[in-house]
Amino acid sequence: MPHPFHDVAIVGVHNTAQARHLPEHDSASIALEGALGALADAGLEPDDVDAVCSQFATDDILTLGLGPCTRRHMGLGIPSVLDAAALIATGQADVVLMAAGGAGVYTDRASTAPWTRPAHEFVIGYGLFTAAEFALIARRHMLTFGTTPQQLATVAATIRNNGHVNPRAVYFGRGPFTADDVLASRMIADPYHLLDCATTSEGGCGMVLARADRLPDVRSKPAWILGGGGDSMGPSYHIAPRWDMRGSSDPEIPNGYVGRRAARRSFAMAGIGPADVDVAELYDPFSFEIIRQLEAYGFCADGEGGDFVADGHVGPGGSLPITTDGGLMSFGHAGHTAQLLQRAIRAVEQVRGSCETMQVPGAEVAICSNGGAGALFTDVLLVGSERP
Amino acid sequence: MSTLEAQQPGIPAPRASRLSQPYWDGCRAGELRFQRCDTCGTIPARPTTVCPHCHGRSLTWERSSGVGSLYSWTIVWRPQHPAFRVPYAPAVVELEEGAFVMSSMIGCEPEDLRAGMRVEVEFHPADAEVTLPYFRPAG
Repeated sequence: MPHPFHDVAIVGVHNTAQARHLPEHDSASIALEGALGALADAGLEPDDVDAVCSQFATDDILTLGLGPCTRRHMGLGIPSVLDAAALIATGQADVVLMAAGGAGVYTDRASTAPWTRPAHEFVIGYGLFTAAEFALIARRHMLTFGTTPQQLATVAATIRNNGHVNPRAVYFGRGPFTADDVLASRMIADPYHLLDCATTSEGGCGMVLARADRLPDVRSKPAWILGGGGDSMGPSYHIAPRWDMRGSSDPEIPNGYVGRRAARRSFAMAGIGPADVDVAELYDPFSFEIIRQLEAYGFCADGEGGDFVADGHVGPGGSLPITTDGGLMSFGHAGHTAQLLQRAIRAVEQVRGSCETMQVPGAEVAICSNGGAGALFTDVLLVGSERP
Repeated sequence: MSTLEAQQPGIPAPRASRLSQPYWDGCRAGELRFQRCDTCGTIPARPTTVCPHCHGRSLTWERSSGVGSLYSWTIVWRPQHPAFRVPYAPAVVELEEGAFVMSSMIGCEPEDLRAGMRVEVEFHPADAEVTLPYFRPAG
């Protein structure tokens, strides 16, 4: 059987400027800039597009005059990439435009960012926000396996140093950081210090996918979707986030390893395994989430993620460099959706060999991810330089 | 001193939904309530009309003893909203009946919290309408 995405190419990616504030923009306008940039990267015109996957899909269709045009409004990073690919693979569309962005959303600085503050009745009264929700997960791993704050801080320092050298990162030049620097930053929600946590910023991004027979019209080097999948345990930020929460699809997989099923399916679709991955553009809302993902996806055994990062595997030149643009901690975190799609964009840049900084030499296979156990979901995507 | 205390009224407070009304009515009456499936005994993660395990449609509200053990917690020093006084300690508690509930620890120092420690419920008003269950070390 041919690969389901044999005829689906990722032909354009783009990040707009990322900054603490982009005062000329709102979320829709910066997302539109991301979309137009991705089209320019591909060498395509808006008139080539016949599907839009974005939280602003119908706005973009009207603004760019694309109708009649397919639209998908979810816009949630990796699941949206897979939706876009499926639109092409099933013949519903030929060229799919994706856009995401956030600007002007976080204005009340006395509170944490609005997208981090859940309003659900069973959590709102306890002052929860994402750092606290994710801390409840991290503590269980620390209790069970002896994972240490130093190991968490090593993750944060590694990712922040990737951003420190990236001129496109919001926190370019703000390091370098050691694990001790992370541990010395003020405590937010124990075990998470300030520098263990994602930043908040503004920015947009875009991606373009096309049926492979359009490649003669494309100027960029294509990247390919080797595999993908997504796992959810329920709605984010409604109930107590619990490591051991389980369900019927695979009772062997607790919420702490949410994403394991998605990774297994992704690797099966790709016909490869963790050892074939050259670089891991992992979602980094909080430092511990990297450790958990390394275990969930099979890069190391359960409970060994802390040692794996402490042994230097995830740093520059290591066996599995992670989050090479600086990720949510340093590159950018514009809110609901942009930082999700940006993990996939960086994976594409790696397998193209086009990263301006921290390019992994000869990278052919990249894994990227979205989500986290504190939010009860994780999505996984495998991107490659070779057509599947 | 950083003894963990209940928050004062003025914090962002929950509002009951149709399915959860018995839970919040219980809190106002000083009772911690949870649902259990009449068919298989499963305790759902939140109020529901369908059991998440056997998918049966018969569930009954029960009263918890209010005693449980501390499953996980964090100490928050950066409040999500300025109305919250720090430090506070969001916590997941496993009730002795088997239910897991989101709450916050009070009545001790942050350093005193231990996994598995016995805790008991204590109710404090969140505003004029809603009473929140907190947990403190069991006496």
